Amino acid sequence: MGYGFAAILRRDLLLAFRNRGEIANPVIFFFIVVTLVPLGLTPEASRLAEIAPGILWVMALLASLLSVEGLFHSDYRDGTLEQLVISPQPLYLMVLAKILAHWLITGLPLTLLAPVLGMMLSLPAAGYLPLVLGLLMGTAVLSLLGAIGAGLTVALRKGGLLLSLIVMPLYMPVLIFGASAVQRSVDGFSVQGPLAVMGALLAFSLLVAPFATAGALRVSMHG
Amino acid sequence: MLLAGRFLLPQTPQLILDSIAFERDDSLLFSGICLSLESGDVLQIEGPNGVGKTTLLRILSTALMPTAGKLLWQGSDVARHRQLYLQNIMFLGHLPGLKQSLSPTENLVWWRRIHRDHSPLKNEEILGSLGLCGYEDIPCYALSAGQQRRAVLARLLVTEAPLWILDEPFTAIDKQGVADLEALLITHARRGGMAVLSTHQDLGIANVRRFPLVASAEVV
Repeated sequence: MGYGFAAILRRDLLLAFRNRGEIANPVIFFFIVVTLVPLGLTPEASRLAEIAPGILWVMALLASLLSVEGLFHSDYRDGTLEQLVISPQPLYLMVLAKILAHWLITGLPLTLLAPVLGMMLSLPAAGYLPLVLGLLMGTAVLSLLGAIGAGLTVALRKGGLLLSLIVMPLYMPVLIFGASAVQRSVDGFSVQGPLAVMGALLAFSLLVAPFATAGALRVSMHG
Repeated sequence: MLLAGRFLLPQTPQLILDSIAFERDDSLLFSGICLSLESGDVLQIEGPNGVGKTTLLRILSTALMPTAGKLLWQGSDVARHRQLYLQNIMFLGHLPGLKQSLSPTENLVWWRRIHRDHSPLKNEEILGSLGLCGYEDIPCYALSAGQQRRAVLARLLVTEAPLWILDEPFTAIDKQGVADLEALLITHARRGGMAVLSTHQDLGIANVRRFPLVASAEVV
């Protein structure tokens, strides 16, 4: 049963490697936007430190949203998606493989880049660990939930706006708990609460999102 | 041919279309389509553009649900035993599912993984038999339309599915390619396989059954 999963994961990573320029877009976006913040707001370290958790999380969320739109697009355009939908293997597993590949090429690099950008925004030392832990789980949740929206809008000609509208409300808890974990840690409070909620969100979306996405794709394909 | 003697297909699989109808945007595309396929049948769906050939083939592939009627595979309803049916079909649609940034070999490797093909045939042999010798490792976007189509046909060589559903398989391929594909179809039929295809071409295959699809003028 796992062979479809492995085949898709390997193929998607190979495709990502071939289209490196395109795939690097969200990471570059994240980098550029966060770099612009001190220029646009203030270079003052104390004020930057105040807004750093929020800025980092909002930008990571937007970067993820930007990239999730393309999750099923190329497969839809070249007919691969149709083949997957009529494949005898479970669609949710193959969808999960695509989501995992998406997280590996966007969520993981965003998470790894975040501490560097945190330094640029003079994030206090206490904030780094919760930032990385939160993003590690949070970006996975964003990929999982975003996939549902991407599945629903894949057959639409201009699904981008609709995708944002569908997905944004789902993204909000991730943003709230992710940013508050960093903020609490900076303020000297325990971060177990928000991080535990984030873990719960991850567990829940891991269970639900692949099935919901598979259903959404079937609906889209039956047009 | 490469396929000959590789394996034997199960005895007398049979597909029945029981008064299939399809309706789109409140207008009936076709209705009352009854057909049956037995081992060794090659069925050509004919008809003018827009009459619903692709739609009918997509219904056969279960990518679309018919508005009325049902498909029976070896006597069991496809809507209820979809999984079993899907293991027995190979659908090459109008969009071939060829990844442009991958080479024919890489596409083939991916198909072999997803179709769980463990046959001892080498990738080069398969692609070579389709006239892609020397093009195995060039990204597909750099290949001509006909060569891309040939790369897609490699899928037919890595599947054991008895029922092939091919939408316009002869598009863009040259005379030699047409002959190669016809040979593939003949071998497949001889081994007890079945094929349903849509094409405007006259096939050089003996005993092709033809099914003229007629537009339904009825408005619901």
